[in-house]
Formats: sequence, C-alpha cells, structure tokens
Amino acid sequence: MPDKDDSSEQLLKKGEEFLKLYNMGRQFTEELLKENERLRFQLARAEGQGGAEHTGNLTKEIARLRERIQELEAEGRQIMEKYQQVEAENKDFASRYVEVEEQNNNLANLYVASYQLHSTLDFQEVLQIVIEIVINLVGSEAFAILLLDEKTNELRTLGHEGADVFPGIEALTAKVGEGIVGGVVKTGESYFVNQAPDEARVDLEHPLAVVPLKIKEHCIGVIAIFSLLKQKSSFSAVDYELFNLLAGQAATAIFASKLYSQSERKLSTIQSFLDLLTTSG
Amino acid sequence: MEGLTFLVVEDSPTMRQLISFSLKRFKGCRIVEAVDGVDALKKLSSEKINMILTDINMPVMDGLKLVSLVRQNPDLKAIPIIIITTEGADEDRQRGLALGANAYIAKPIQSSHLIKTINDLVPGAGQ
Repeated sequence: MPDKDDSSEQLLKKGEEFLKLYNMGRQFTEELLKENERLRFQLARAEGQGGAEHTGNLTKEIARLRERIQELEAEGRQIMEKYQQVEAENKDFASRYVEVEEQNNNLANLYVASYQLHSTLDFQEVLQIVIEIVINLVGSEAFAILLLDEKTNELRTLGHEGADVFPGIEALTAKVGEGIVGGVVKTGESYFVNQAPDEARVDLEHPLAVVPLKIKEHCIGVIAIFSLLKQKSSFSAVDYELFNLLAGQAATAIFASKLYSQSERKLSTIQSFLDLLTTSG
Repeated sequence: MEGLTFLVVEDSPTMRQLISFSLKRFKGCRIVEAVDGVDALKKLSSEKINMILTDINMPVMDGLKLVSLVRQNPDLKAIPIIIITTEGADEDRQRGLALGANAYIAKPIQSSHLIKTINDLVPGAGQ
C-alpha cells in the first residue's frame, strides 16, 4: 500500500510545515507585543519627562512675568507720583502766574497814577487827576477831596465826584481832630469801615474810607470815600496800595502845584512892579 | 498775524494811559488815541483800525453814540468794539451790547481781563 504511505507522509510533512509556520507566527507576534510594550513604555516615559519640563518652563515663565508685572507696577507708581508732583508744580505755577498778573496789573495802576499825578503843575489839573484815579482805579462812585486851611485849621471840599448820589459832599467841612475826617488829619492814619461797604452805616459824618494826604508827617488834607461803583462790592488789596500812593504822591503833587501857582502869582506881581518902575523911570 | 491797531477812546488821560499800557502786551500793536466820539470818527476815517476800545461817558459825543454810528457805517461796521466804563449795571451792559458792542468791561479794569477779552474777539492777536 504505497499510496497510503505516501499520503500519510505528505500529511505529516504538511503538519510539520504548519507547525513551523505557526511557531514562527507566534514568535513574531510575541516580538511585536514586546516591541509594542517597549514603545509604550518609552512613550510614557517621554511624555512624563516632556510634561515636567514643560510645567517647569511654564512656572519659570509665570514667575518671570509676575516679577515683570511687579516691576511695571512699581514703575507705574513712580510715574503716578511724578505726574502728581508735576501736576502740583503746574498748579503752583498757575497760581504764581495769577499772582504775577495781579502784581503786574497793580504796578501798572501805580505807575500810571504816579506818572499822571506828576505830569502837571496846574492845581486844578492835579485835582482832576486825583479824581480820575479815585473813580477809574479805585472804583469809587462818590467821594470828596478836602484840603486843610492852615489859617483856620479847617478842612473843606476842593474837589468831588458823585454829589448827585451823595448830596452834601460838595460842601463838606471838618475841624482838625473832630469826627472821623478830622481824626484822620490829626493822627495821619487811614480809616476804613470794618464791615462790608453795603452793610456799613455811611453818611457825611461816616465815610467808607478816609485817606490822609501827607507830605512826610505833615497832613495837608484827606480823600473821603462815601460809596463804591455798583460792580465793586468791597475794597481790594491794590486799593490799599493805591491809597498809600495817593497819600504821598497826590499830597506832593497838590502841594507842589499850589506852591507853583503861588510863585506864578508872585512872579507876575514882581514883573508888573518892575515894569511899573521901568516905565516911570 | 500783523500787529493790531487799537483805537482807545477816553476823555481821561489816566485811563487812556492805563489801557494803552495793557495793550502794549500785544506784539507789534499800534495805539491810536481819541478824546471823545467825534475825535474817534475822525481817526477812523484816516486810520486803518482793527479794534475800538471806548468809554461811555465822554463830552461832545458819548461812547454809545459812537458804537451806533460805527455799526451803521458799511466800511466800519465789522470792527470789534469793547466798551470800558464805570456804568456797571446790567441794563447799561445790555444797552451797550444791543447797540453792537462785542464786549462790555466795567471799571476798574483788570489788565488780564482786558487781554483775555481781546484774545477772545480776535483769536491769534498774540501777546
């Protein structure tokens, strides 16, 4: 039975080949699984190592940014402080500018008043200039300029403004030492009401302000102020400066113009006398 | 801007000088003075004036009449006018502005106020 033997032998051979193939397949599969395991392990390790590094980097970056934020906040605070300092300086400069402007204005007023007072030797013109100064620079509506008559020791009005709103100021008289006006001449000290002008009791005996016209310590008269212009509610700082200026400069100008007019009259008399002598001779 | 020419109309020499003193802060300006309204009209006919600053109470012709005449004159009506006066009541102010004045300043004047008013009326007037 050779055919039966041949087929068994072939079958055995095929079985062996199949077994061989199977073993090879198993071995290959095991190697694949091992490789897979190894790769997964490496991947896990790589992932573990990479994440930690990344987290570390992030932490460092966050710390650096926080530090930068703190630096910027500190810079911001410094800038704010600097800004506030500059703003305060600006306010200070603005306030000084306003002060300088006021001073400039005051100086201009004083310069013009002084310049005008000494621009003429005519008595009536000097009186007119004093009146203009008191109206335009001080802002008075009604006032009188009283001069002292040395012979009678009495003050009387020689110039005035606002008799229509304050009747009687055109003919004021006062004895030295009597009343507010007479008292100012005696003491040589200016007088101002303590209250606001619109609340003060004001009449011919009680002016708002009385300013002495003085040459050194010698008082030659006063300016008595009875009311201010509607738009002027009270005296300002420059008014007191102007009053001081008027007290000295106006007195000198008035006195000089009086002396000049007297000397002009005397000169005219002497000239007439000389002409008479020449003609008769 | 070329220097402005101001016409100061005032009967008081003290006020004329004081106003002129303030105006000199405008670089290159020229100041023409007039003692009343009639004198001002003469100056306006012979000079090129950029701005008028006038008092109200003056002899011969007062400031309100001057404002009225300037506003009626086609050659002069565009000139800005500032009234500077002791008349500080609201009705006086309204009357002055109604006649055509551009601004109204009550005495005593503050130089800074005058400068600001001029700058408002003529932007770029310069100082």
